[in-house]
Amino acid sequence: MCLLKMRSSTLRSLAQTILLLFWSAMAVWANQPKGSSSHGTNIFAPASTPAKSIADLSVFVLVITGIIFVVVFALLVYSVVKFRARATDAGREPAQVYGSTQIELAWTIIPILIVVVLFLATARVIHAIQDAPEPAGAVQVTAIGHQYWWEFRYPKLGIVTANELHIPVSDPNHPTPTFLQLLSVDTDHSFWVPELGGKTDLIPNHPNRMWMDPQRTGVFLGQCAQYCGTQHAKMLLRVSVDGPEEFASWVRAQQKPAVEDAGAIAGRRVFESNACMNCHAVAGTAADGRFGPDLTHLMSRATIAAGAAKNTHNNLRLWIQDPSAIKPGSLMPAMKLSDADLDAVVSYMETLR
Amino acid sequence: MSSNAITIPGTQIQARPWVDELHQWLTTVDHKRLGILYILSALLFLVIGGVEALIIRIQLMHSHNDFVSPQVFNRMFTMHGTTMIFFVAMPVLFGFANYLVPLMIGARDMAFPRLNAFSFWLSFLGGLLLYFSFLGGSGLYGAGNAPDVGWWAYAPLGARAFSPGHSSDYWTLALLVSGFGSIGTAINIIATIVCLRCPGMKISRMPLLVWLNLVMAGMVLIAITPLSAAQMMLLIDRYLGGHFFDTQAGGSAVLWMHFFWIFGHPEVYILIIPSFAFMSEIIPVFSRKPIFGYPVMVGATVCIAFVSMSVWAHHMFTIGMNSYANSFFVITTMAVGVPTGIKIFNWIGTMWGGRIQFKTPMLFSIAFLFQFLVAGLTGIIQSSAPVDWQLSLSYFVVAHFHYVIVGGILFALFAAFYYWYPKMIGRMLSERLGKWHFWLFLIGFHLTFDVMHIPGVLGMPRRIYTYEPGRGWDTLNLIISIGAFIQAIAILVFVANLIISYFKGAKAGNDPWDAWTLEWSVSSPPPAYNFATVPTVASRRPLWDLKHPEDPDSRYE
Repeated sequence: MCLLKMRSSTLRSLAQTILLLFWSAMAVWANQPKGSSSHGTNIFAPASTPAKSIADLSVFVLVITGIIFVVVFALLVYSVVKFRARATDAGREPAQVYGSTQIELAWTIIPILIVVVLFLATARVIHAIQDAPEPAGAVQVTAIGHQYWWEFRYPKLGIVTANELHIPVSDPNHPTPTFLQLLSVDTDHSFWVPELGGKTDLIPNHPNRMWMDPQRTGVFLGQCAQYCGTQHAKMLLRVSVDGPEEFASWVRAQQKPAVEDAGAIAGRRVFESNACMNCHAVAGTAADGRFGPDLTHLMSRATIAAGAAKNTHNNLRLWIQDPSAIKPGSLMPAMKLSDADLDAVVSYMETLR
Repeated sequence: MSSNAITIPGTQIQARPWVDELHQWLTTVDHKRLGILYILSALLFLVIGGVEALIIRIQLMHSHNDFVSPQVFNRMFTMHGTTMIFFVAMPVLFGFANYLVPLMIGARDMAFPRLNAFSFWLSFLGGLLLYFSFLGGSGLYGAGNAPDVGWWAYAPLGARAFSPGHSSDYWTLALLVSGFGSIGTAINIIATIVCLRCPGMKISRMPLLVWLNLVMAGMVLIAITPLSAAQMMLLIDRYLGGHFFDTQAGGSAVLWMHFFWIFGHPEVYILIIPSFAFMSEIIPVFSRKPIFGYPVMVGATVCIAFVSMSVWAHHMFTIGMNSYANSFFVITTMAVGVPTGIKIFNWIGTMWGGRIQFKTPMLFSIAFLFQFLVAGLTGIIQSSAPVDWQLSLSYFVVAHFHYVIVGGILFALFAAFYYWYPKMIGRMLSERLGKWHFWLFLIGFHLTFDVMHIPGVLGMPRRIYTYEPGRGWDTLNLIISIGAFIQAIAILVFVANLIISYFKGAKAGNDPWDAWTLEWSVSSPPPAYNFATVPTVASRRPLWDLKHPEDPDSRYE
């Protein structure tokens, strides 16, 4: 690990030059300021150990392939320019050369050596990431893929939420990594937040595992990377990396049952007397449906519809009235509520803090 | 032979030349006509698949675009991928193999002419079945039509629970039927090469194109079989209550992935090896030198074929295989880069010390070398499993495999078109239009697929019909789309060239490129049954021997 780090840090400047030459635009992006940003995402702006070791390995592989590219490209250009037909050839044929065993051996053995080096560097990172033991202080989350949204369960903390994952920042001296168990209830999905780690698929009947130990706070964007059906594109993912106190207070808030607000009793009645409660749960009430996202603390989330829209009054109303206006192909049906019922249920939702 | 009006005493039957001509094309068992039919059907599907690509690119031009609905978009990328792989790339390569292999080995036809016709019509029927889904299918959304499960149809998306209606059935049947066609053609190519070589054409004297098509045909037999098996299992799941891939009843989604990619990765080599074959014929002729390291080229190809059978799960690095399995597929995938690199070096070695003529086929070949180099290197980058955990399923992968398929295979095919069109038609393709075609396509290609790597690095997954603004993807996608339209214009120039040159091209003569293989020893187009007398060869370049009796190859081999 240490050797790789040293090697890749000295090679980084070389890598940047090569990147500038052949993937110039990519390098410009790679050099973006590495602040926590809720907007752009970039695999070269890692915020956790797995993402960091992948980024370092990527630079290492890029440098090697970059050197190969420069050498072979130079040979190609040289032979095209140098050996072009000229008027002075007068139609004569060049010397007919059939091959050379020594040269063939050279360009067989050198690539084999390069492959060995690349393989060893790769195998080490595979092992470091995949076979990392789970420390005692790790936060456990079960991430469950649904057609077009994410369910997050914290089995030790008794929390169920959706689409916006909250995890604690991990101090390298006292690591509190998050270990995700990945499940799917329907089709294949893939969990991908580029700055926190590589992607891992959520496959029915095939539990997977991944981990991350974010080292800076902020909101990190990602989304489903494995085509999962009509609304694959709007199965977005937000990971909020919180400081220790923030995370603790978020956990306390999520552990509470739903707020009882007498002013929203009409909306609650609409919610519980329609099909809403067949799919959605609100802890502490009769609603315990599991097909859709848990709504107990809906208002603590910044977005609705798996990140497809901001969590505002108007969006919420539109979503309940006609989900396909925001996300055509979403499995939530239009409930065809009267305006009065719609307003009431939206007010009820807005009390679920 | 074309318009023999039949006259029966007492009746008057009108001569119908075009009906007779059509009848002859539909019932032909001639390898040259079937080759051209394969190529024409591939061109038809190329245009259709290209239009689908343009629809995808218009939709992705900017964030939150609503040019098409998500349902239509999903159909478009499913149909684009399926069409381009199964009904463009494979048929066009089979077409060239059909046309060229018998001519190059001095045979009068393929070994099984009727099987040949049967295979072509099966493949074509497969394409028609796929497109009939627009009328007969219904997709994920219920009211849809064409398949919308992606060209891998990952389980359980293809199960009836998630894909009701018949759209996935048309996809399955299309692949099954065209798969049988491919197997038939592969058997035919192998039998032809093994049995019908002319006197003197030892296996070590076969042109590289023939060698590589032999290897390709062997791979087809091995790779298409598991695909066909998987399609049958899927049909059993969908209609006979099977549970192979039905995860709701305990089936395995991962099993489908293995079946699909154990076909899917060799398939890439099934497509690229015939492209290597074109390069191995065209680069020597325009460098005026024999291929550098013929035995090594053959060995490297066989080596690629073997190793490529053990790399399939590099498409599955993200599915949670254990670290040992991941490491195994890393090393095999990287290893396949070695024989592939050897091939590139040998082509450069062929040009080295030559007198390179920059005719259109050679321009496409040089661009092929450059692009295939880049595609190979981005492949090596992704063969490193941890790097692939980031790049897999992103636009980086899309850029990579289009670099292989468009930058590699399609450029090689264009080279082949410009090189062998004179043989097939008897007229030269216009060099002027050819250069327009080349430069436009080159610019469009690089604008699209160079830039496409970047959104992948920036976290853009593939197969999304839209994306949020502010992710830094908008400008890049706009550039990619502009490049796609430039490529489309270049394709129009190409099709125009094919049509105009058919009527107005300069007469080709037997041997317009001063080449060395047997197909150039007969007239253009070649006569029925190719060779009036079966030729005898003494070296790998029989026409070189003929043209240079003072210094024949046969002296050195």
